[in-house]
This record gives sequence, structure tokens and C-alpha cells, in this order.
Amino acid sequence: MRLELDGITKRFGSLVANDHVNLTVEPGEIHCLLGENGAGKSTLMNILFGLLHADSGEIRIDGAPVTFADPGEAIRDGIGMVHQHFMLVPVFTVAENVALGFEPTRRFGWLDRRSARAQVRKLSTEFGLEVNPDAVVETLPVGVQQRVEILKALHRDARLLILDEPTAVLTPQETEALFHIMRSLKASGRSILFITHKLKEVLSVADRITVMRLGRVVGSTAPAQTDEEALATMMVGRNVELVITKPPGHPAGTVLQLEHLTVSDERGVTVVEDVDLEIRAGEIVALAGVQGNGQTELAEAVVGLRPVRSGSLRLAGVDLTHTSVRQRIHDGLADIPEDRQLDGLVLSLSIAENLILDQYDVAPFAHLGVRNLSAMRANGDRALNEFDIRAVNENVPVGTLSGGNQQKVVVARELARRVKALIASQPTRGLDVGSIEYVHRRIVEARDDGAAVLIISSELDEVLALGDRVAVMYRGRIVGIVDPGVGRETIGLMMAGGGTPSAGNEGVTEHVGVSAGEEP
Amino acid sequence: MSVVTATLPADPGPDEQEIRSRTGRFVSLRRVRGMGIFLIGLAVIMVLPFGLKVPSNLSAIFTLSEPPSITVPNLVQPVRATSIGLAIACAIVGVILITRKSSRGSYLIFSFGTLLFLWSFLVWVGRGTSLNFVSLLAETVIYSTPIIYGSLSGVLCERSGVINIAIEGQFLAGAFLASLVASATGDVWLGALCGAAAGALFGALLAFLSLRYGADQIIVGVLIDAFALGLTNFLLQEIFTDHPNLNSPPVFTDIAIPGLSKIPVLGPALFDQNAIVYGAAILLVVIHLALFRTRWGLRVRAVGEHPTAASTVGIHVLQIRYTNVILGGVVAGLGGAAFTIGSYGQFTSNMTAGLGFVALAAMIFGRWRPFGGLGAALLFGFSISLVSFIGVLGVNIPSPLLAMAPYLITIAVVAGLVGRVRPPGADGVPYKRE
Amino acid sequence: MTTEPIAAPAPAEDVTLPVLTVDGRGGNGDGRGGGGGRDGSTGEVPLYKRLLNRLVEANPTVVTILSIFTALIFGGILIDVTSGTVVHALSHIGSHPGRALSLTCTTVLDAYGAIFSGSVLSPTALGHAISTGQGWTGVFNPLSETCVAATPLILAGVGVAIGFRTGVFNIGAQGQLIAGSIVALYVGFAVHLPIGIHLPLVILAGAAGGAAAGLIPGILKARTGAHEVIVTIMLNYVFLNLLNYILGGAPFQLPGQTNEISQKMLSTARMPHLFGSTLRVNLSFVIAIAMAALASWFMNRSTLGFSFKVSGANANAARTAGMSSSKVTILVFAISGLFAGMAGMATLAGTNFFLSSGYGGTIGFNAITVALLGRNKPWGVVWASMLFAMLDVGGATMQVRTGITLDLTSVIQATIIFFIATPMLVREIYRLRSTGQGALQLFTKGWSG
Repeated sequence: MRLELDGITKRFGSLVANDHVNLTVEPGEIHCLLGENGAGKSTLMNILFGLLHADSGEIRIDGAPVTFADPGEAIRDGIGMVHQHFMLVPVFTVAENVALGFEPTRRFGWLDRRSARAQVRKLSTEFGLEVNPDAVVETLPVGVQQRVEILKALHRDARLLILDEPTAVLTPQETEALFHIMRSLKASGRSILFITHKLKEVLSVADRITVMRLGRVVGSTAPAQTDEEALATMMVGRNVELVITKPPGHPAGTVLQLEHLTVSDERGVTVVEDVDLEIRAGEIVALAGVQGNGQTELAEAVVGLRPVRSGSLRLAGVDLTHTSVRQRIHDGLADIPEDRQLDGLVLSLSIAENLILDQYDVAPFAHLGVRNLSAMRANGDRALNEFDIRAVNENVPVGTLSGGNQQKVVVARELARRVKALIASQPTRGLDVGSIEYVHRRIVEARDDGAAVLIISSELDEVLALGDRVAVMYRGRIVGIVDPGVGRETIGLMMAGGGTPSAGNEGVTEHVGVSAGEEP
Repeated sequence: MSVVTATLPADPGPDEQEIRSRTGRFVSLRRVRGMGIFLIGLAVIMVLPFGLKVPSNLSAIFTLSEPPSITVPNLVQPVRATSIGLAIACAIVGVILITRKSSRGSYLIFSFGTLLFLWSFLVWVGRGTSLNFVSLLAETVIYSTPIIYGSLSGVLCERSGVINIAIEGQFLAGAFLASLVASATGDVWLGALCGAAAGALFGALLAFLSLRYGADQIIVGVLIDAFALGLTNFLLQEIFTDHPNLNSPPVFTDIAIPGLSKIPVLGPALFDQNAIVYGAAILLVVIHLALFRTRWGLRVRAVGEHPTAASTVGIHVLQIRYTNVILGGVVAGLGGAAFTIGSYGQFTSNMTAGLGFVALAAMIFGRWRPFGGLGAALLFGFSISLVSFIGVLGVNIPSPLLAMAPYLITIAVVAGLVGRVRPPGADGVPYKRE
Repeated sequence: MTTEPIAAPAPAEDVTLPVLTVDGRGGNGDGRGGGGGRDGSTGEVPLYKRLLNRLVEANPTVVTILSIFTALIFGGILIDVTSGTVVHALSHIGSHPGRALSLTCTTVLDAYGAIFSGSVLSPTALGHAISTGQGWTGVFNPLSETCVAATPLILAGVGVAIGFRTGVFNIGAQGQLIAGSIVALYVGFAVHLPIGIHLPLVILAGAAGGAAAGLIPGILKARTGAHEVIVTIMLNYVFLNLLNYILGGAPFQLPGQTNEISQKMLSTARMPHLFGSTLRVNLSFVIAIAMAALASWFMNRSTLGFSFKVSGANANAARTAGMSSSKVTILVFAISGLFAGMAGMATLAGTNFFLSSGYGGTIGFNAITVALLGRNKPWGVVWASMLFAMLDVGGATMQVRTGITLDLTSVIQATIIFFIATPMLVREIYRLRSTGQGALQLFTKGWSG
């Protein structure tokens, strides 16, 4: 399929998300769409898939203009999309998910489950996408779920496949496997539109590269004609240093100490198992790993949002294992949560109020249960300057700020007081390059002020750039702690559970039944 | 039973095994032990006040035959001996629960224990007199009927992702209009149809305000309840006060199913009922099959679990939600009709008395499955009919205290189960296309 | 490397980014050239135009007024279609169009006029008082009655509003009100003390009873996750039956009675009247206003109120910031129940002096509606309560004068709230411009929340 996007424009209020975007994908081509967060890639893809409607511009398939009122029409015309957040119904089986919307039926709309299953089997052998049609999707690892997404698109006979940031949840090895699948799809004559912000991947898989910035196409090239630096410059619009230079740290005594830490999820399944970790003052330990291997739960346990089942947690010698969040904050623990809008901020409240969210009832912001509003505003005003938060004043709701400025509010709140330890989960997720640099600098400064820092990140680049040491998590365990100098390959292997001396391969399964009742 | 919990194949690796336990109903062993201790507590009550405090010569007679069933002898039970026997059985069940290693099926065992207690309670209530057990069961079925309709209405709405707190209001509207139309025309079927239409109208209002205008589903639901209460009271005063003949509808007559109704005890209770009761049974089966076996059901469940995923394969989320919420209104409206032309034969102010909410609790108890809610609905129906029975028998328990029972049971169900059962993924979450 | 700029030649830096969207309405226009169409028009807008703009915007005040207006029209239609004479006249609209139309209007206006004169000011009574210099009591009586009726609504409504702000939906005001009045009644008839001690004790008892009843759903929600909507509604029926139970015997039942009527409050436990014994308005109205003021202060200035507000707006963020969600849930229900309990006490000690079956009527539900109408702000609840009290009090007058049943007013009240809860609908009916702030920040959580 030859796809042409011609002059696509989309506005949201005063924001122009797509500004006269032109793009052509040739048949049997892997076309990379590269751009920062907020460059307008997702908007463009949603327009192409019928989820949004362009204000102006034209979409042509094999030369003929088309319009898509909804995804159903896009699918009918041979477009398939693998969304960044999988569009799978978690409690359905693979076969049900693949069939959904295009169900084989007998009389009276009666589902023909046998033929649904057979179709999945047929497609998965044809394209080497191994998956069990009867498995319930939520029980499958993310890599397999992604295969189901691709199967869905193939089941609808997609001739153009859009892959939206497909590698964000994969290990380097799984990424390679995905690239293999992409090449075999290409060989079968299908076109692929591959959306990413990762430069290395672009260079290794693309036939053609289009770069977007601030809603516009800023250039188009091919892997052979470019390199990482050049792509980065196009993407960001100025020269960027790809490698963050940070002075070597001067670690002192141990501040944060985790011993045999074991944590369960809501249903009693062990998700963090027997984790030992020591972080010294003036040191950044980066926790690497593919999403869903227990990092989130580990961070939640450390900050007190999740109970510890066994093991202990000490901060500067004080046992915090079973204390409240409040007590831990008081003892000098700071937390930059994974999802700032969900856990970090109250969007309807002002910047000033958000800045004291964890200090609202202590001096100088309160006295005997009565809040001191002027102290709060003064604090807000000061933070606006100190942390370079772009806002009219401290009284505007945080929800009106951009993602980068929202994150700065979180960082300002957590680092305003003297902290002994900082837990930062995905601290730069979804930020633009300028904000990323700023947040990174602040974190390094906190380290140099003597804080013990634990960074949790699924971006390998961030892990390597920030960590003084790198701990790799796999299936709830720390499978090794290495120097970032060992390189991407080694760490990537460890993230997949292999290639380390201490890798425990028994996983976490034996502890399942401890208190969990099962039902078929 | 359904595809959601269909058996899994043998091949998945160990980590799949592990994650699967997250999806089932989660009952901790501690909780199971708690149930066991509770049953032993019940056994103590059964021994002391029900057993030893009763004079040893008293017996309770349960009448077991009623036309059209074939006649069987009455069940005569010496109160003290029966109570103690049942208490021992109940205590054994409790001990079994306490010593269990797996929590599977614990609810079933627990339910059996509570049934033993209820039996003992009935024997105690009927001490020194005779109790018409058959009509107690028949009444249970009649009182359960609107609750079954209500919980089916809840299933239809919530499986598509809309919380229907308005069932109570739809009951009232259905009850009112069914009574009015059946009185005016003398046709119960037309009355039922209009009752369903009234429910559908309020279902449409809920759908319209929450789906089209993004109002909060629960708040709109509560407002519909208040609105329906106010409106039916207003019309009751305005119309029925002056025209009482418009509020004396004919009721559905009982239809004995040949053969089946002759079964002793169960026959008259289950197979000699009216069309509205049979309708509930038919709807149960139809809705169950439609939800879990048809394309429509698959799409409804997809919309209720993950509407965005459904929309990306071309399913019209809002259209399905509109349809289901209005269908839910139809079913709740029929449930409302059961109050007037199904049994009582007259509309009175606030006659549903919170049963719409009880139906929601039944739906939760039944884990959003049609047949799951049935057991809870029967339990609620039983407790209501028991209250009226005890009133007739003149037992020395103040009736206001007994009247609390269904409500307290509902609270216990909701407190005990919510958070441990999993609602549809997008239940109550508004859906907006970007 | 080849870079081929395909897009428009303008430098990319001009494109508007969300980074600067904070400059609010009437932004200063810097760097906004790329957005197009909006530049330079703010600042010099004449005053009348700005006022006009505000009127066609869906701002909360306009939405509220239009909601009330629309509901009154709906009520009018209801009056007409249930009125035999109007329907009869309309059926002859072909032959007597004038009569049909005038009857349609006069019937409604008569009804609404009766509501106004019965609850605020009766022009005839005023004229009579001015001309004769007598009967001033009759002039102020409607207003006094409205204040009396508003008192429990204000108290219970503020309680519900605090719950809404904290993200919990307390439909249990009815039951909490009964619980509060039972405790207050007991203290009011069984304890003998001088009025200076007795009355404060009665007030405290009412508050404590309501708070205790509020604790039940609070604790159940915090500990088990039981959804408060079902629990509180079920508890309403439980308390209703509890009241019936205690009214059935000693010590609460009035001695020598077989009806379900309680003993009377001692005179030392009754609220003093504000303007002489002929007008029923009493100290409890002042208490209600004072409690609303206290609630307003509490939500804005106290640390506990702040934690309520944060939990209501984003429970996850509250937890991450170290606020205990179960503590907040339990306390907010206790406080919400405290207000409801005081509402029950206020009527008991102010005007009723005894309890009977079904005490409290529909105040529990109306508390929700006034909370919504008042946009969950204490002062908003005060005026919303006054409006609803007007409808209730005036409705009785209307029933006497026109024969239209009092239940009409509850239909009108419910209709008002439908529109309040659905600002988008009002906006569409009246073609108002969206401002994004017309929306009432209301959301409840699903079963597992």
C-alpha cells in the first residue's frame, strides 16, 4: 500500500498539534517517524487511524483520497495499528481479542469460537508469532501481548501497520525479535510506519526516516545518509549533547539500606523478592529493568505506599520498614512518583498548594491545625524562581502547566527540603529534551548535596547516563549490580534474566499460593 | 461457565501460572477461618436460645403440601433435639472451614452452614405451632422476583460500563405506570409493557445525561431515584386520590405448569407462579446466553472492560452503552411492574423501599453475572418473606428490628465482597472520544 | 545528511506550545503570533461588552439561574397537564384559543404566586398590615417559616457538601439525622439541668449521635472498601426502623400512648425564639448559619480541611503526600454525620420537640440537592437551602390555595438539580459559550474506589 498524507493540520484550541504535515509511505517500506514527546506524532497517527479528524489536509491510499470517520473505516481500508498502550481487553482470551469487531458467527449472532481459535493458529504459524489462542491476555507477558496486537492487525488483513512506540516495553533482545518480525512483514509486501523517539532503533531498522518537531515535518532522510547526532539535532532543533556529563560522585556512608525486602501485590502474589540494596550518601543507583518486573512495587514499598511482607528498610540507620508515608517524609525521604498527574499532583489546586502537599500541616505552613496561607504563597513564589517553573504566578492551577513544568513542581517540592534519600521513578517520562536535561541536573545536584538517590527508569539511556551504579531487576529480583561502563549489551541481557553470575532462575512462582485463593 | 474464566491450556510457562491467580476471586485463608468461627458462633446460638431454652416437649410442624402439589405428610420436628442436631452439624461445618488448606469453594460451604442456621431459626420460630413452609418458599420467590429483575438490569448496564443506581427509581416508575395502565385498560400485559416503557424512559434519561452530557453516573442515578419518588408521589396524590379505581389493577394470575407443579414443596413455590415470575427466569437464561455466547455479548463486555480497545476495532462504544442502559431500564421497569400487577395489586408511596439498592448488592454478590445474583436475590427475598411470616405468627420479636434484616444483610454483603470481587474494568468510567 | 524542509517555511519556534498556556484568559499575547486569530483584542473591551460576554458564557452563576428557570417552566407544564380545567380548555383551543392560553398561564402563575406569598411576602398581608397597622406577624410569618424549614437543610446540606469535596457521597444524612435526634431527644427529656447547660448539651448530643452514625459507613469504606452509596442508603432504612422500634416502648414512648410518639423535650432543652413567641424562627437558625461559616473556614484554612480537599481532588496524590486515606474517609463521614445529626437536633429542639415515625421526611435527599445546587460550598448551600425551603413552605400554601399537591415542589427541586449536575445540557439548550468552568467538579468513584 502506498500511503500519502498531504498537508494534514490539526488544532486543539490555540495549540497546533499538526501543521501541514506531509508524509509518504511506499509499499513494502519500513518508514520511521521520529520526534520528541509532544512533536505531534501520536496526533498524526490518531488522525490516520480515524480516532481524530484533521482540520484540513488529505489522506490518499494508492492515489485515491480517503476519509476515516472512525477506526472501523481505517481498518476496512487496510490500516492496522499497534498502540503504545495495548488495546487489548485484559480478561478476554487471545482468540476473543483477535476476533473482537470481526467475529466469526453462526446463526443469530452466535459466536463461532472454534473458527476464531483456528484463525489465530493459522496466522501465528504463518508469521512466526507464537501465541496460545486460549490464554487470557492479562496473564501474558507484555512481549506476547504485543504479538497479539500485531495478530489483531493481520487478522483484519492490514496492508499498512502503524507501530506506536512499540519498543518502550521491550528488552533489547525482544526489540531485536520485533525488528525481525517487522522485516518479515515487509517481505510479505506490507508497509510499516514505525513511530519512535529512539535514535539507535531508527538507524537499525528504517528504510526511510521522517523527523517531526513541534507539529511539523522538519526533514526526511535515510539511515545511510545520517547519524545519531544529526538526527538528534533535527529532532530537537538545536545541538544536543547525547551524553550527559556528570562529575564523578563522592559516596560516603550507607544511607538507604534494603535487606531481604519482599513485597506482595494486592492479591498476595510476590512481586519483589529478597532484594538487598545499599545506597550511599552522594551516590545514584539506577534500577534498570523492563516494566513490570517489580520496580514500581519496590519503589512503592520504599516510600511506604505498599506494605513490606518481610525484610527490612533503613534510612540512615533508622528502621522504616513499617512506618507510615508521613513518617518517612518526616525522616527525610523524598519521592518523585512514576505518574506525576496520577500520584504527584492535584491538578485543580494551585502551584503553591501543590508545593506544600507533604508539608501542609507543619511549620511554617501551619500552626495548631490552622494553615498559614501567606507563608505558602511566599514559598510558592520562591520556588517559581528557583526551579524555573514557567507560570504567571504561584496561584494558577497546576493543571494548566505543561508536562515539563508540572514535573518541575514535583521536583521543587521534593527537593526543597533537605532530603537524605530521593526515590525518583521514571523522572523524565514524557518530557521534552530541555526539561529532561533540567531534571537530570537537579537530581545530580541532590546527589552532590549528599543525598542517596535511587532512580527507577525503563529508559536504558537514562540509566546509563545517571547511574553511578546500575542494579538490574528481573522477575522481582535484583539479578546483578554493575558499573554503567559494562555497556548496553550486558545490561540488556541481564534485563532479560540472563548472563549474570547471580541470576536466580527460579523466578517468583513458588510463593504464589501463600495466601492466594485460586479459581480456574 | 463463561469465557472469562474458561479453562486455560497446559502450555503456559511458570510465570503465567503465577499471574493467573490474580484474576480469580481472591479469598484469603484468614477470611475463610473467620467464616468458620462465625459459624461456630451461630452454633452456640442454636444450642442455647433455640435449643435448651425451649421446653423439651415443644415441636414445630412444617406444612409441606399445598395445592396443586401432591400431598405429603407434615414435617414434625421436636424443637430442642432438632436445634441441637443442626447446631452440631453447623459447628462441624465451621471446623471444616477453619482447618481448610485451600480457599476454593469456601463460600459454598459457608452458605451451607448459614442454611443450617436458618433452618434452626425457622424451627424455633415455629415452635409449638405450625408453619406453612410451602407458602414461605412461594413468598420468597415472589419477593425475590423484583430483585432478580433489578440485578439483571444492573448486569446489563454495568457489563457495558455504566453504573445504574437508578434501578430504585425505575422500579417506582414501572410499578406506578403498570398499575395505572393495567387499571385503566384491565389488561395486565399492557400494564407490564407500559411499566417496562417507564423504566426504559428513565434508563434513557440516565443514558442521555451521563453518556451525552458527561454527568456523573452515580449522581444522576441518585437524582433519578429522588425524581421518580417525587414524581410518583405527586401523581399518586393528583390522580389516584381522586380516581382510586385507576390504582386497583388486575394482577397476573398464577399458571400451574402441568406436571412440575405437582412436585411436593418445590412445585407450588416454583411452578405455580405468575407470568412475571416466569419472565424473570426466562430473562435470566436469555441474558446469560446473550452475554457470554453471542457476538453482541462479546462486544458489550469489551465495551465494559476496555472501551478504547473496543473503539479501535470499530465498535461504537456509546451506541452499545445507550442500548444497554435503556434495555436495563426495560428490565428494571418490569421488575417495578412485579410490585403492583405482579403481586400487591396497588401502588403505594415509596413501595419499593430501597429494594433497587438491594438488587445492586445482589448483582455485586453475583459478580456481575446473571445467575450469580440469583442466590443473593433469593436470600433477600427469603428474609423479607420471613419478616412478614413472623409478624403473622406473632413471635415476640419487634417487627421494626426484623425489618432491618434485609438491609443489614445488604450492608454485610457489600462490605464483605466489594474490593474482593472485580467489577468490569471500565464500570462507571465515562467514555469520551478524544 | 540531507535535510529537506517540506513544511511551511516559517521557523518552527513560532508554533504555539502548551508551555505558555498558563497566561489564562485575556493572555498578554507574547509569542502567540503563530496561534492566529486571537491577537490584540483583549484589554480594550468595553465594560458592557464584557458583562454581555459573561452573560452568554456558561459560568456557574448563569448555569445555576438558567437551571432554576428551566425547572420552573417544566413544573409549570406539569401543573398544566395535570390540571383538569387547563386540559379541558386546551382541548377546545381551536374554538377558544384566548381562553386556553390565558388559563394555561394563569394557572401556573397562580401556583407560583402562592408559593412566593406563602414563603416570602404576601402582598395582601403587607397591604393589610400597612393600612391597619396590625397583623405584622402575618407579614413576617412566611419568612420566619422559610428560615425554620431551611435550618435542617443548611446543616445537613453542608455536611453532604463537605463529603462531596472530599470525594465521598454521603446519602446517609437521613439516617444520621435520625441518630442525632434520638440521642438529643434522650438528653432533652431524661436529663434535668438549667437551660444554660441543658441546651448546649442537647446540641452536643445531636452532633455526637450523627457523628457516631456517620462513622459506620466511614469505617466500613475505609476498612473493607464497601461503597458508601449502598451502605448509607441501607443504613437510612435501618435507622428508620430503629426509630420505629424505640418509639414503640419505654423509655422513649410517650407514657400512656400506643401510637409511635415520643416524650417531649423539657422546656430547658428547647431553642429560644428570636423574635417573640409568635414567630417560630429560633436560635437553631443562627446555629445553622454559624456552622456554615465554620465549615467554610474549616475547608479553606484548617489543615484537616486541606487534607479533605486534596483527597477529594486526587486520592492517590494525597496518599503519596503522606495523608492517610482511611483517616480522611473515617473523619469526613464523622463530620458529615455530625452536621446531619445537628440538623435533626435543630428541628427537634427548635420547633418539633418530639419524634414520631418518619421524622425528618425527605431532608436527607434534599440535603444532597442543596449541596449540589450550592456547588458544595457552605455559603452556596445556605442560599440553596433558603430557595428550597421557600419551595417547600410555599408549596404548602399553594396546596391550600390551588389544590395542587405539595409534591410538585419536590419534582421542581429534582429537576433543578438535574440541570445543575448536567451543565453541558444547559449550555446547549441556551447556546451558551463554553468556558470550561461551568462544569461542577463532581465525580464519584466506582465500586472498587
